[in-house]
Amino acid sequence: MRINRRKSEIHEGDLTPMIDMTFQLIAFFMVLINFTDTVQDERIKLPSSKLARPPDAPWETPITLQLTKEGRVVYVGETWSIDQLKTQMINEATLLKYQKKSVSEATIIIRADATAKTGVVQKVIEICQEAQFEKFALRAKQEEVL
Amino acid sequence: MKIRNYDKEHEKIELQMTPMIDIVFQLLVFFIMTFKIVTQEGDFNIKMPLSEPDAGAPIDTLPPLKVRLQANSTGILSGVFLNETSLGGSTAKEKFDQLHIQILDLIGGDIGPESGAEEAEVEFSCDYDLHYEYVIQAITSVSGYVGQDGSVIKLIEKIRFAAPRESGGGL
Repeated sequence: MRINRRKSEIHEGDLTPMIDMTFQLIAFFMVLINFTDTVQDERIKLPSSKLARPPDAPWETPITLQLTKEGRVVYVGETWSIDQLKTQMINEATLLKYQKKSVSEATIIIRADATAKTGVVQKVIEICQEAQFEKFALRAKQEEVL
Repeated sequence: MKIRNYDKEHEKIELQMTPMIDIVFQLLVFFIMTFKIVTQEGDFNIKMPLSEPDAGAPIDTLPPLKVRLQANSTGILSGVFLNETSLGGSTAKEKFDQLHIQILDLIGGDIGPESGAEEAEVEFSCDYDLHYEYVIQAITSVSGYVGQDGSVIKLIEKIRFAAPRESGGGL
């Protein structure tokens, strides 16, 4: 019996659809990527407002204070009590003066939880005022306008 | 000279796809790992220096519109007052809608640079336990609205806070 010796064959799948899809996914993620260094914390659920729009230009000297619903302040990645915040703000103001920056021109961005007590928010503002800060920005998330 | 007869039609040049696919998948993994959904955030700006102990209100400026926000013991909004007048509405939204209408009535059509809206100031007096979200809603009501074209029309931007009060306190 004669045996045919078959030539070795390489079966190649068609990779074109997969590459198409992969490039589309890359394009999608490239368009949506956001390199802005936003300070956010999962514990804070911001109140919403239809007037809350991102600022046209970034703040010159922003200092972000995040206030949890329990009344604790998250600042530079650590959690502080309201009493401890006073020392931190005085230190921050001193540091700005050493850097030849105006304390009154720095902006305190307050990211407070929607259910935080207003009195505590006002206490935070008061502590910052005592450290000579004057400009405040109350942050809210953008509400969808139907 | 012997000429070899090549079968050119069946000659296939194959590109090496493996390195490209490797890189493409690495890029894809990078973008997936760094992807985060961020909701848009905005700010309400308040310039509020620490007042001098003996400093009174300047003589030539208008007195501020006083908005009082009352809360019950759980921090839920129970009443909204504008210049000591209670605003109607059963829900917080209705009360703030009333506040917005009242503010529009007070300012009238005087909106824009060097207008009454620019000169006017609102002082919020809130209960200590009041949930912060109501303050943001109140600031939204007085500071502007979204026009038909989607742009923000600004009303009163000068905002200040009076000292907080005990919950359930009077006017």
